[in-house]
Amino acid sequence: MKLTGLGGRLYRGETSINIIGARKKWYALSGIFVALSIFSLGVQGLHLGIEFKGGSAFTVTTTSGTVEEARAVVGSTGYTGNTIVQTIGDDKIRIQTGVLEPAQSNAIQDALATKFGVTVESIDTQNVGPSWGEEISKKAFQGLIAFLICIMIYLALTFEPKMAVAAIVAVIHDVFITVGIYALVGFEVTPSTVIGFLTILGYSLYDTVVVFDKVRENTRAITSTGKMTYAQATNLAVNQTLVRSMNTSLIALLPVAAILFVGAGLLGAGTLKDLALALFIGLIAGTYSSIFIAAPILASLREREPAIKALNQRVAARQGGNASVETVARTRKKRRK
Amino acid sequence: MSETNRAYANNQRKSGAAKNARPLRTLSITVLLTAILYGVAFATGATSINLGLDLRGGTSVTLQPRLEAGQEGQVTAEAIDQAVAIIRQRVNSLGVAEAEVASEGTGTNRQIVISVPGETGRRVVELVGQTAELRFRQVLLETGAVPTPEDDTLLQGSSLSPELVAAFKGLDCTKSESTLGSGGDDANSAIVTCDRNGSARYILAAAQVVGRDIKGATAALDQQNASGWFVSLDFTGDGTKKFGALTQSVVNLPAPQNQVAIVLDGVVVSAPRINEAILGGSAQITGSFTQLEAQDLANVLKYGSLPLAFDRGEVQQVSPTLGNDQLVAGLLAGGLGLLLVVLYSLLYYRALGSVVIGSLLLAGLHVLIVCLLLGKWIGFTLTLAGIAGVIVAIGITADSFIVYFERIRDEMRDGKPLRVAAETGWQRARRTIIVADLVSVISAVVLYIVSVGSVRGFAFTLGITTAIDLIVIFFFTKPMVSLLAKLNYFQSGASWSGVSPRSVGMASASIEGKVA
Repeated sequence: MKLTGLGGRLYRGETSINIIGARKKWYALSGIFVALSIFSLGVQGLHLGIEFKGGSAFTVTTTSGTVEEARAVVGSTGYTGNTIVQTIGDDKIRIQTGVLEPAQSNAIQDALATKFGVTVESIDTQNVGPSWGEEISKKAFQGLIAFLICIMIYLALTFEPKMAVAAIVAVIHDVFITVGIYALVGFEVTPSTVIGFLTILGYSLYDTVVVFDKVRENTRAITSTGKMTYAQATNLAVNQTLVRSMNTSLIALLPVAAILFVGAGLLGAGTLKDLALALFIGLIAGTYSSIFIAAPILASLREREPAIKALNQRVAARQGGNASVETVARTRKKRRK
Repeated sequence: MSETNRAYANNQRKSGAAKNARPLRTLSITVLLTAILYGVAFATGATSINLGLDLRGGTSVTLQPRLEAGQEGQVTAEAIDQAVAIIRQRVNSLGVAEAEVASEGTGTNRQIVISVPGETGRRVVELVGQTAELRFRQVLLETGAVPTPEDDTLLQGSSLSPELVAAFKGLDCTKSESTLGSGGDDANSAIVTCDRNGSARYILAAAQVVGRDIKGATAALDQQNASGWFVSLDFTGDGTKKFGALTQSVVNLPAPQNQVAIVLDGVVVSAPRINEAILGGSAQITGSFTQLEAQDLANVLKYGSLPLAFDRGEVQQVSPTLGNDQLVAGLLAGGLGLLLVVLYSLLYYRALGSVVIGSLLLAGLHVLIVCLLLGKWIGFTLTLAGIAGVIVAIGITADSFIVYFERIRDEMRDGKPLRVAAETGWQRARRTIIVADLVSVISAVVLYIVSVGSVRGFAFTLGITTAIDLIVIFFFTKPMVSLLAKLNYFQSGASWSGVSPRSVGMASASIEGKVA
């Protein structure tokens, strides 16, 4: 198994990927992504589902009906607003309208049932009031803020305040990227998507926690030993946990991929697909950010402390000039042999 | 002896004496407790999971309290409780089996969710949209619960409209739907209705005093006269005038017209006789109340004073076909996800992957039993989002195994033998797992508290399964690894054990290095 061999080499520092050293590159990359996200959010905005805008959706199972017929049926009830009709799979037609009064909704149900020869009960219907979306968006936003505050306090208590800051920055980064991709591609945002977004937060943090735990272990006595700069110790931690991070992310992606596959393949649309898609995108962003954003930011933050500055100078002097991460890796390798 | 070796000798002593010295005992207890839980479930009849409407078809209506101008800050949790009770009564009056009314959220920030399986929900939607208001109406006629021939004598010569008389004659208060309220009583006209116990029929005049004229109501025990429990009632300035006028106009009339009925949602809660004109804005309702009755009446008066209107936030109708499709898809996705994780674990961790499979199976058994028991105890309902929560948690559960196993490998790379690495690796992995899982639990709890509908279902199962993950890794995975680490097959680092020098990634040089 190649990967496990790599794990051993990474652990001992024989192979080292200079992630912290190249942090400016990652910052720039993420900066571009975040800027793109904000841009596409501003220009295109999110494609919100009826749960957010208010409106009604009817799904009829029929093998013979056509989109034109369905549109005509809705028109025949006297509804003149915007109507979107689409087919789902081979045997379903979905009609989406603006906000309807209960009586209008009943009329459309009845007309569809008559036209396509089905019972009213078999028509999947969703009516959402105009203020409902506002309510759930408000709640989702409250949830996000409450979550960030809770996690910030919790991480600051268990780790260090600066680790909490770095972890939260990484999480916000993930949310931006994911939302940006939604805006850019034009995926529909439903409450299930929001569940997905909120779950990403927890997931992204899980990865970050694993990396930071190792960072803390490596840097516990760093100022007294004076063998490595903070950045070098952090880089070693990132490398040591690299295989683990990739493994946990991959294994977390597997069930999500299963939901996405089944949800999109079998059901066409709905809770499962929306949720899994948001998770799928968010998980990838989360894995990237815990390695390439959270850890570098932590290093950047800590390096501003006088004690760490002094340490870095000492180490630099000892290692002869420019203390780079590679030097440490090489010295460690030599020591071992 | 090198420094590493000394440290490891210490660790070995420590872990030998430390906790989990008897993995077999821990494992037996875990398995036994799981079995006991299943025993409890079967003994109490908790043998099926409640499926949400999105999995079996039906209609759900979510209502949001609508605050009118000036009502902000006045809507109390009790007022919403009362509204939920009223809506529950109305839905029950439909006579649909299994209809459920529940409130979601906390305090005043709550939604009311009405679920009706297998219905189009049209009647529900119409029924629950109306505002329930408390009204005071003069009693025009009061008689027994069932129509009798004597009704005609009572009604003779009355000036009531023919429609009202006809309705009165057709009213049977012994039927349960007659006493459940409809919310359809018009404040400005006379009505025909029942006592809420179904013991009397009434014809009542138009409402003269309404709920918002009431300032407050309390139940109290009369200490001096020992006449038992009574309810005292205070009116607002406007209410004082209206109630004064009402009592003044009826006090000298013959019974039952000197009674004023307190009507909530179209049903008579109480119809006390007016003994004197009450002009001071403060009244007492006495009678042979028990403490409970008095408090109940006081609550009706107090919380009924604020008519809560509701907006239909979301109405969702899922056909049984779609429900079944979603259930099948959810289970299929879960099975497929589990299979992928199991395959990956076996591929990557070889024989050690069997521990992952065992742990996931145990976690699955725990999730199932929790769903069964909570379904029985607190009416927990599994929705599609809930199933998704469980599936996502498969990943989180597997993650904690990886953290542990990778730690063991790290320790082995430092030159420790497997038996020691399993213990020292655990000491370190434990912390990471707890912190990471707690982050997950915190996110689930926050989500659960602030959200509504499907998000809640997801947060609930995610939180539960993460908690189960902690239990499983502490009381199953860890002892299991300790046991396996004693086996020669794993200790010798057999090539398929998952802990062979090759798969751990120990170069032969570093093994020699350990000895040096």
